[in-house]
Amino acid sequence: MIKRLKELLTSLVLIELVKGMALTGRHLFKRKITVQFPEERTPMSPRFRGLHALRRYPNGEERCIACKLCEAVCPALAITIESAQRADGTRRTTRYEIDLYKCIFCGFCEESCPVDSIVETRFIDYHGEVRGDLIYTKDKLLAMGERLESQIAQDRAVDAKYR
Amino acid sequence: MISEIQGLLGPLWPLVWTLVKIVAIVAPLMVGVAYLTYAERKIIGYMQVRIGPNRVGPLGLLQPIADGLKLMFKEIIIPTGADKPVYLLAPVLTIAPALAAWAVVPFTPELVLANVNASLLYVMAITSMGVYGIVLAGWSSNSKYALLGAMRSAAQIVSYEIAMGFALVGVLMAAGSLNLVEIVNRQHGGVFHWYWLPLLPLFLVYLISGLAEINRAPFDVTEGESEIVGGYHVDYSGMAFAVFFLAEYANMILVATMTAILFLGGWDPLFPFAPFTWIPGFIWLLIKIAFVLLLFLWFRATFPRYRYDQIMRLGWKVFIPITLIWIVVVGAAMQTPYGYLIH
Repeated sequence: MIKRLKELLTSLVLIELVKGMALTGRHLFKRKITVQFPEERTPMSPRFRGLHALRRYPNGEERCIACKLCEAVCPALAITIESAQRADGTRRTTRYEIDLYKCIFCGFCEESCPVDSIVETRFIDYHGEVRGDLIYTKDKLLAMGERLESQIAQDRAVDAKYR
Repeated sequence: MISEIQGLLGPLWPLVWTLVKIVAIVAPLMVGVAYLTYAERKIIGYMQVRIGPNRVGPLGLLQPIADGLKLMFKEIIIPTGADKPVYLLAPVLTIAPALAAWAVVPFTPELVLANVNASLLYVMAITSMGVYGIVLAGWSSNSKYALLGAMRSAAQIVSYEIAMGFALVGVLMAAGSLNLVEIVNRQHGGVFHWYWLPLLPLFLVYLISGLAEINRAPFDVTEGESEIVGGYHVDYSGMAFAVFFLAEYANMILVATMTAILFLGGWDPLFPFAPFTWIPGFIWLLIKIAFVLLLFLWFRATFPRYRYDQIMRLGWKVFIPITLIWIVVVGAAMQTPYGYLIH
């Protein structure tokens, strides 16, 4: 009886509601944690798996030797490779395509690569405007690799001791 | 200047002059509505430790204008199964009462469009008309969600109207008048003479049932985004939707204004001495309205939505008994030598 009366009183004086409002009221003056996206970005790990790139050796030779391990390991079947012998007798890809519509960004291609050729970069600001834009061809991937080489190399160096 | 125009228009003059006065009320009200949405987004954002709109103009101050422009240029989609005339009439029926109620709202003792004797009754009568627009919108959309929203709204507004009415009975007993100007004048003399103190339970009941009446959080089951995807206006788009939106916020300001007038002393300064009496009464009224609106936004940022049966329980089994008891208390107190404490 007394307990019920007490409950009735506490609910009639709205004490719980006032407590709740005190909480939100305190938050009104808290420091805001919003990240102003295009100007500010959240920190990104060197292991981040973003857009793919094909790397070259410092002498300009492309790393990929068309072993097709990435194609085999890809769980989403997003990679298509065709290869041929080049004039100097080495095997190279004639076609290397990553279908980003299928890709699930698992990073297996990068892990399977014996020559560190295909990598996933920290680059995420890309888009497609017409159908097929997001099927990345060999040229596009190599260009991406050239563009981001310094950061790719730096990220691999930071992560090297954990591999 | 004015007398020249008066001479030019001749018998049309009263009509034109009334229209000018109406515009003088409605235009600031619309600006108020626009910036109330901005304040709502900003304050709720701050309470959720985010910044809120800040891209359009400095501090995002032009955001409501951008929103308005966007809504104006959008297509008004009419569903195939909708009852077209009713569907288009519903937003008008919603906003008309929301604006009409402002006719009797006094801003200062002199500044009132129509100083009618039963202005309190008029406000009560007009605001309850708003539910017709909502019910018709829900019905004519021919959608289950809209219909559910409309039915919830109708039931909710009808139930809370009673508690609200009884809360106002307390006020008119204390003031001895139905005239809003008179009610404010009776509260003259600073914060402890305002009716919120002697009528505290009625004040709280009025504030909360006011929230329920305008379907604001935590009583927004009419819209209930998570249950009925937006309720009665789910099928509306473009300006038709914007009109509902305007009506909702105009009603919100109206309830805040009524609270300020009935319980917080209207244009009466906080204390009846020097530094407070320098501020003009109209500004005091604005401060009080802003305070009540801040409370509304604060509630929305704090409380989760009521379950539907709980709303009904609160209205019928809690608020109506409380108001009835307090009316009896007020009536009895007025018969004692201490009656002057109340009025």
